[in-house]
Amino acid sequence: MSGIDVASLEVGQVVAERELAFTRESLVRYAGASGDFNPIHYRDDVAAAVGLPGVLAHGMLTMGAAVQPVVDWAGPSRILDYQVRFTRPVVVDPESGATLHVLAKVGQLGEGTARIDLTVSAGDSTVLGKAQVVVATDR
Amino acid sequence: MPVNPELQGKQYPPTAPYLVGREKVREFARAVQATHPEHHDVEAARAAGHADVIAPPTFPIVIQQLTWNQLLEDESAGVVLERIVHGDQRFTAARPIVAGDELSAQLTVTRVRSLGGNDMVTCETRVTDAAGEHVVTATSSLVVAGEAR
Repeated sequence: MSGIDVASLEVGQVVAERELAFTRESLVRYAGASGDFNPIHYRDDVAAAVGLPGVLAHGMLTMGAAVQPVVDWAGPSRILDYQVRFTRPVVVDPESGATLHVLAKVGQLGEGTARIDLTVSAGDSTVLGKAQVVVATDR
Repeated sequence: MPVNPELQGKQYPPTAPYLVGREKVREFARAVQATHPEHHDVEAARAAGHADVIAPPTFPIVIQQLTWNQLLEDESAGVVLERIVHGDQRFTAARPIVAGDELSAQLTVTRVRSLGGNDMVTCETRVTDAAGEHVVTATSSLVVAGEAR
């Protein structure tokens, strides 16, 4: 495993950045893989009936995909803790889908760990709050 | 029926063991756009010191959902699927989940509080392996909307 060069990390530093594209197929795929078959994630009629602006991405799909730039940077076995708040739904258009932008910055440096803060946005709105990943830097 | 305030502190029995399959890990990894080789390639995972491919950080949701089902099936709880909004989620891992793990999960309702006509239920699911060792704890807040008035 390649190490993280802790000495070179600074609070505020960008460690990863990525665009994520979700389509309706992404939602069906996530439903099958996760076992979350809530129809608001694939049926327009059900989404409309419960008053939603459209079919929404699973919050857990957004959470799961948003951490991937950090996984690729740090290595998957260094992820110790990951939390998010679901602050705004992600509407996935049947034709154009949805595009999310993920920016990962060093939020805090600790003893053997670094807290990476994610800013996850769709257009001008952030869709996750307090999205924080704690990675091990001592191995 | 609102959420039963006596739900706070309630612990459900551990779930039956869930065997983590290698193809399930790969399938879940593709679904969350996880491309790191340690999720897909057994040799890459072994080279990194794991017995088999390792699951992405949010994979424990698959096991945690089994414990949510217990909560939803508990008629005394007052937690109804159609009225739930997922408020927040956290995973605190002792180690990555590895294909071949047999995992069991136990849910504890840590807090129930009313919040402007809605109820907020915080629950903690502790996931352990076949040896009884702690693997990961999943913590969630579920907002249960009050009934239409």
